[in-house]
Amino acid sequence: MTHPVGTTAAAEDLLRELAPQVLGAVVRRYGNFADAEDAVQEALIAAATTWPEDGRPDDPLAWLIRVAARRMANQFRSEDARRRREALAASWSVTVPEPVPARDDTLILMFMCCHPSLTPATAIPLTLRAVGGLTTREIAAAFLVPEATMAQRISRAKAKIKASGEPFALPPPGQRPERLRSVLHVLYLLFNEGYTSSSGPDLARTDLSGEAIRLTRSVQAAMPDDPEVTGLLAVMLLTDARRPARSGADGELIPLAEQDRTRWDQDLIGEGTRLITAALRRGQVGEYQVQAAIAALHDQAGSHASTDWARILTLYGQLEAMTGNPMVRLNRAVAAAMAQGPGAGLALLDGLGGQLGDHHRLHAVRGHLLEQAGDRQAAIAEFRAAAARTNNLREQQYLTTQAARLAAGPGPG
Amino acid sequence: MRFMLLQNYGEVESGCAPMTEWSPGDIKAHIEFQQALNAELAELGELVDAQGLSGPEQAKFVVWDGAGAPVITDGPYPEAKELLAGYRLIDVETVERALEIAARASAAPGPDGVPIQQPIEVREVLSAPDPEM
Repeated sequence: MTHPVGTTAAAEDLLRELAPQVLGAVVRRYGNFADAEDAVQEALIAAATTWPEDGRPDDPLAWLIRVAARRMANQFRSEDARRRREALAASWSVTVPEPVPARDDTLILMFMCCHPSLTPATAIPLTLRAVGGLTTREIAAAFLVPEATMAQRISRAKAKIKASGEPFALPPPGQRPERLRSVLHVLYLLFNEGYTSSSGPDLARTDLSGEAIRLTRSVQAAMPDDPEVTGLLAVMLLTDARRPARSGADGELIPLAEQDRTRWDQDLIGEGTRLITAALRRGQVGEYQVQAAIAALHDQAGSHASTDWARILTLYGQLEAMTGNPMVRLNRAVAAAMAQGPGAGLALLDGLGGQLGDHHRLHAVRGHLLEQAGDRQAAIAEFRAAAARTNNLREQQYLTTQAARLAAGPGPG
Repeated sequence: MRFMLLQNYGEVESGCAPMTEWSPGDIKAHIEFQQALNAELAELGELVDAQGLSGPEQAKFVVWDGAGAPVITDGPYPEAKELLAGYRLIDVETVERALEIAARASAAPGPDGVPIQQPIEVREVLSAPDPEM
């Protein structure tokens, strides 16, 4: 018996929800994560092709596991000698393995795909495929590379995991905090990747920040007591809430100070605020929680000027102490300028050149602060220097416009 | 990070003759080198695109003032050496890796297999906006 499929989008959502469970079941039965992942990808594609015509099977999970298992078996058959074949043939008749709770599979797969032997740039596409259930084509389109290139990247990532000898299980408790940090870092970068790419024909189809939120939600559901996981989810929601106001009609960047706050998503702000408030109560503050707390203060402010800059300044100080990241100092300088005047902000930038070098962001922030301090000529020079050094297009356009605005004559400065 | 590795028709550092004067075997070896490098980059998941462009003789230049008829000039162009001959678009994790690939491309074999030492222009492609902007 089959069911009507409903909308294509609903079918795709279902497939992607089931993907980690299917993969978990197949790996547990056959071992070999790399091949199993290929087989599951083929099963997902087969489902996307056949279900709309034939209707959805009664038990979609079992259907997917069966199809993926058959692919695995066929692959062995074409590769291996008869003895291996016979051994396997015996196992085919065994019923589909009992799936374990979905959250366990999601977690194990997340740890696996964000393995420390991988760089984030290779961990991200593998995570999207193995845990997110996206196709190679969708991932390639989202990252604007050819499908064949992306396929190679993913198979190389899997080869590295294989070489590491990682078992298909949760990392031992002693390693878990460190490994969780890798997972959260990959999810954070994935979110940023999606949040920053405001152009491209495939944006609506493969919404990377939406996918990052979905994956982080599933990790959070599996580890509800970890305040940093909750903190990361909160950062994403509180940041994503501003997306509708963040770019203009032509995709141009609108900085926080100039955004139309009525366009911010209040549901996301509400959920993110509840999450971060609960996480902070646990008293184990980490960097994602601090970032979320800062984002929440911005989201709750009625205007840029009425923002609680003093508290944001304190939080950035805390974040800088935790991470030692000179980029955090830049944000702290902006907050200091708002809370205590541009001189305080500029003072925090002194000496930062030693750490950041000739970084465009340092020039950009200095430009903003010099403008606030009324030093128009110096601000123009900094904005121009920043525009010449940035490696991103929208920022270059924004900075060039800032320099031109100041050069054109007295403004609301 | 994406980079364009650009090469033009200018002279190469080895001072070797233009390719049209090479032996067929040397030309074949050069082309095979380029294809092998592309295959290797694709295999590593780093190649986005690689194209060679038609020669300066076929180049056309178009200038329009927004009214009237556009002015179209046929090649050959007097500054042919400045024209782009081909490019690779790569997607790599570091600038160091982009430079490493550029170095490989620069040492493409010329006559008798001697590296031609072609200057490779390495340019980063501007990316999407920064999240913390």
